[in-house]
Amino acid sequence: MRRLVAIAAAIAVLSACEREDREFRPPPVGTEAEAPVTLSSIAPGTGPAERPGEMGQAYEENAYHLSEGKRLFTWFNCKGCHANGGGGSGPALMDDSWIYGGALLNVVQTIREGRPNGMPSFRGKIPEEQIMQIAAYVRSMERQVPQDAAPGRNDDLMPRPSEHRLPARPAVPGGTVPPSGQAPQ
Amino acid sequence: MRCCRPALVALPLTLTGCTGWQSSLDPQGPQADTLATMFWVFTAILALVWLLTMAALFLSLRRARAERAGPLVLEPQAERSMTRAVSAAVAFTAAIVIALTVVSYAAQRALFSSHEAPLTLLVKGHQWWWEVTYEDGQPSRRFTTANEIHVPVGQPVLIKLQSSDVIHSFWVPSLAGKMDIVPGRENRLVIEASKDGIFRGQCAEFCGWQHAHMAIAVVAHPAEEFERWRENQISAAEPPDDPLRKRGMEIFLSRPCVMCHQIRGTPAAGKVAPDLTHVGSRLHIAAGTLPNSRGNLAAWITDPQGIKPGAHMPLMKLAGDEIEPLTRYLEGLR
Amino acid sequence: MSETMLEPHAEEPLDTDLPDGELAKRLATTWGTAGGIIGALSTVDHKIIGRRYILTGFLFLILGGLAAVAMRLQLAVPDNSLIGPDLYNQIFTMHGTTMMFLFGVPIGEALAVYLVPLMVGTRNIAFPRLNAFSYYVYLFGGLMIWVAFALNIGPDNGWFSYVPLAGPEFSPGKRADFWAQLVTFTEVAALAVAVEIVVTVLKLRAPGMTLDRIPLFVWAMFVNAFLIIFAMPAVMLGSTMLILDRLLDTHFFNQAEGGDPLLWQHLFWFFGHPEVYIIFLPGTAFVSAIVATFARRPVFGYPAIVLSLIATGFLSFGLWVHHMFTTGLPQLGATFFTASSMMIAIPTGIQIFCWIGTLWDGKPIYRTPLLFVLGFFFIFVAGGLSGVMLASVPIDTQVHDTYFVVAHFHYVLIGGAVFPLIGAIYYWFPKFTGRMLGERLGRCHFWLAFIGFNVAFFPMHISGLRGMPRRVYTYPAEMGWDTLNLISTLGAALFVVSFLVFIYNVAASARGGDIAGDNPWDAATLEWATTSPPPPHNFDRIPFVTSREPLWAERETLPVVTGLAVDKREVVITTTTEARPDLKESSPDPTVWPFVSAIVVTVIFIATIFTPWALAWGAPAAALVMIAWFWPKSVEEDK
Repeated sequence: MRRLVAIAAAIAVLSACEREDREFRPPPVGTEAEAPVTLSSIAPGTGPAERPGEMGQAYEENAYHLSEGKRLFTWFNCKGCHANGGGGSGPALMDDSWIYGGALLNVVQTIREGRPNGMPSFRGKIPEEQIMQIAAYVRSMERQVPQDAAPGRNDDLMPRPSEHRLPARPAVPGGTVPPSGQAPQ
Repeated sequence: MRCCRPALVALPLTLTGCTGWQSSLDPQGPQADTLATMFWVFTAILALVWLLTMAALFLSLRRARAERAGPLVLEPQAERSMTRAVSAAVAFTAAIVIALTVVSYAAQRALFSSHEAPLTLLVKGHQWWWEVTYEDGQPSRRFTTANEIHVPVGQPVLIKLQSSDVIHSFWVPSLAGKMDIVPGRENRLVIEASKDGIFRGQCAEFCGWQHAHMAIAVVAHPAEEFERWRENQISAAEPPDDPLRKRGMEIFLSRPCVMCHQIRGTPAAGKVAPDLTHVGSRLHIAAGTLPNSRGNLAAWITDPQGIKPGAHMPLMKLAGDEIEPLTRYLEGLR
Repeated sequence: MSETMLEPHAEEPLDTDLPDGELAKRLATTWGTAGGIIGALSTVDHKIIGRRYILTGFLFLILGGLAAVAMRLQLAVPDNSLIGPDLYNQIFTMHGTTMMFLFGVPIGEALAVYLVPLMVGTRNIAFPRLNAFSYYVYLFGGLMIWVAFALNIGPDNGWFSYVPLAGPEFSPGKRADFWAQLVTFTEVAALAVAVEIVVTVLKLRAPGMTLDRIPLFVWAMFVNAFLIIFAMPAVMLGSTMLILDRLLDTHFFNQAEGGDPLLWQHLFWFFGHPEVYIIFLPGTAFVSAIVATFARRPVFGYPAIVLSLIATGFLSFGLWVHHMFTTGLPQLGATFFTASSMMIAIPTGIQIFCWIGTLWDGKPIYRTPLLFVLGFFFIFVAGGLSGVMLASVPIDTQVHDTYFVVAHFHYVLIGGAVFPLIGAIYYWFPKFTGRMLGERLGRCHFWLAFIGFNVAFFPMHISGLRGMPRRVYTYPAEMGWDTLNLISTLGAALFVVSFLVFIYNVAASARGGDIAGDNPWDAATLEWATTSPPPPHNFDRIPFVTSREPLWAERETLPVVTGLAVDKREVVITTTTEARPDLKESSPDPTVWPFVSAIVVTVIFIATIFTPWALAWGAPAAALVMIAWFWPKSVEEDK
């Protein structure tokens, strides 16, 4: 019993430290040159080839990185196409379907390399650490991050519940680019 | 820099390092002048009150007194004279309080009633820098700069204050009192410099990690010099001529810089970080954190989080040979 | 009339039936606290709870003081990198939060819990179980925030937590939520004690203690309790709105959806300004008691002081906007608050003048408690006068949120509350422990504290006027603030040394100090009429009060009231104004349920930070412990 309590306390302590740390220098991510270029989630064998490792967790379980991701999502005008996550000319981000895979590294790939039908490549334009922050935030929109770390509402008009109140949805492959994104402009 | 008032110099504490460059007691404009005078009037009166109170206390402790039979044996005569003394002191306090309220109100009316000025600026507080827009009837003559305000000497300047995130407070002590910048509101403040010089200001409302490094410089010029400065700021950045600076521009445009910063005359059009069109002409970088020099620019670009932890400028991992051209390019944006 | 008989009850043995020695022994058994850990957690004795409250308050003073030391070290030299901005922000927030919520308010109430029942001559505080509950809630709330700080979840938005910085967008994680819940904790504790003090003063006064015979100490604590009752709900409302904004997406402070960040400031300062007086009024209580005893005469102008206490109470609710003069409010409205802020100098002045008058006419005996009160005059008057400057809108625009304000409120709060408090500890330590504090060390403590304080805080006036804003974690070397800050840090070091002397003095004197006796200072109020430390039942026989200074008026034997039960806990209820004996009421027995309730409430409050469902789960648990706590027992009145 006592041991259980001690373990629970230790977990609470560690999770708090990780969640609350303000890492102004984010954990280093490999340089872009080293990053594998994958354009689709289709891979031979079973299961996705990439899993968010320890490093992905450091971003996804940290409230500071998620809120930075949220800020950058606005700053870099992701809202221009994806709106507040509901999707516009770009696909919705807060539903559970992912055309190119919903794992953290898939999202990182999507941001870094771009995707057909309008998603531009930000390779070289956004530092790797910030891409990680944005990707972690994108995943928080379908609550794939711990609730305690997910961002709250912004001091802004509220089109939907804040990230930490959205229902958690496991990612599934699928979905399509909205027609408006496919139509020749 | 000019030294503070003689009265303050008399205090041994201030003998060293006395500069007026962000001091409310070294007024350089009519508003700050009135405020400093008010301050000294209040200080003189209240110091006198304090001295009188302490003198009364001291005398009451030192005074010789007769032995009394017991703690409850009170003399009605003494009680009466004490009642009179205390009543007089209270009346005196009330008179001072009323007088000071009237003085304060009069000064308040004189200082804050007018919001008319020939020049209007929009100052927007960001975490942790200042965006400054010079308004003009002609849209083409509007321009934006950052962390530095230039004003003509002897002319009142209306400053509209807006916030893009949290509450800040605009405060240039040697020119005027502070005014908070509250999200969702637009506060107004008039400043005026009565002589030329550089006056430092600083955010005065706690606004997060880098509240300490959110300074703004107000540079007051003679009117014609100010106009020259303004014309220069309105113009777009000149394209670089030498190859090194050209390479610097290429680096700037192909790197994350372009996501946030604007340089008018180039494709860089980010609006969320300071406008760098004429960054080379500024006195400081990183909102008054470092003097503007090539070395400091290099240091800032290489390690922003070491200089200003928590600032929104990210770590860019530029190659060693990219720093030099980039800083040369920025330095040349005059 | 030296003895008043209350209506005897049937069968029960009454104190009239027993000789003195036997009576004391039996009363001590009736009112005593059982041994063992359960007994310790069940006690409802106001002296034991009060002692714990005082010790816990000083523990938080030490923690908050350590935070201040860390800040002074960081600011000692310019461009210091000892403490980074993130940690610095947490530290200054913890310093302010601890000093205001965990030390300033509770310590005044702590002394009231211990002393008010003794001073009004009753056997226990009103609602003693609520008192125990309030202590545990306070303790758990304070531990929660310091444990959170240790885990890097320390709040980092300042003790004032201005939105939107403390709101959901700019404060990620749970830090601000912990702050909001801490406020809730301390509110619950403070409100509970305030209600106890009000009822104790109104209904439990010894017979004969009419309104105009209540000691000034009790008056101050009584007014203070009302201030708490009216001020605290505002911040409780504010912190609840804050946590709702953060956790449940409400929009109280979101200007884009029709909220307003200034609403927070109004709510906070509507509490925050009375808060300053909530901290200061206990200081006046201590000063009145100490001045009377050491000037060897009653305080001059009793009615004037009582009226100015009440006036201070009312006025303190009418000047909160002077914290917001620079937010761009309409000028005319601001002027009203200039006038009201300056006006409060008048009642405060009346008290100061009356105390000086008392010293003038009296025959001062210079012991440590009086030294601290003299230090209070020196420092507090200076702080009060710089407050008059802050009340002026134009001057405030220059000094607001600078180190001038830091200097001002440390002069007011340390001068007005901490110096009298330390004097009070020297004064009442013999009553608490039965031993005197060392006088030589006391004088040494006083001079170190007095010099250290002024050296630390006076230069801040100047650095503020020279442009140094508050809450900066560092400053550039060329600003010319370095010498002033270094001096401040050295002064702070001296101030810390003075407290080390104090701690040593307390530790050494608690074991080996001179034995005090019942009334070592020959003071006049009722707490000195009983033994030091007082027995569990406070008084063998309830005193009958014939004068404002009962122990000076009745030198030989104090008249007493008899007719109370010996074998059960009974207190005398008196009428509100004339204090005529009205009823005999039973006072609750010890029980562990307040402690259990406090644990349940703590779990609910903390769990709420992580899920709103905690309220739903917690409500039945809270209801169960409440049922256990209030389980009816058959008492005399039911028969």
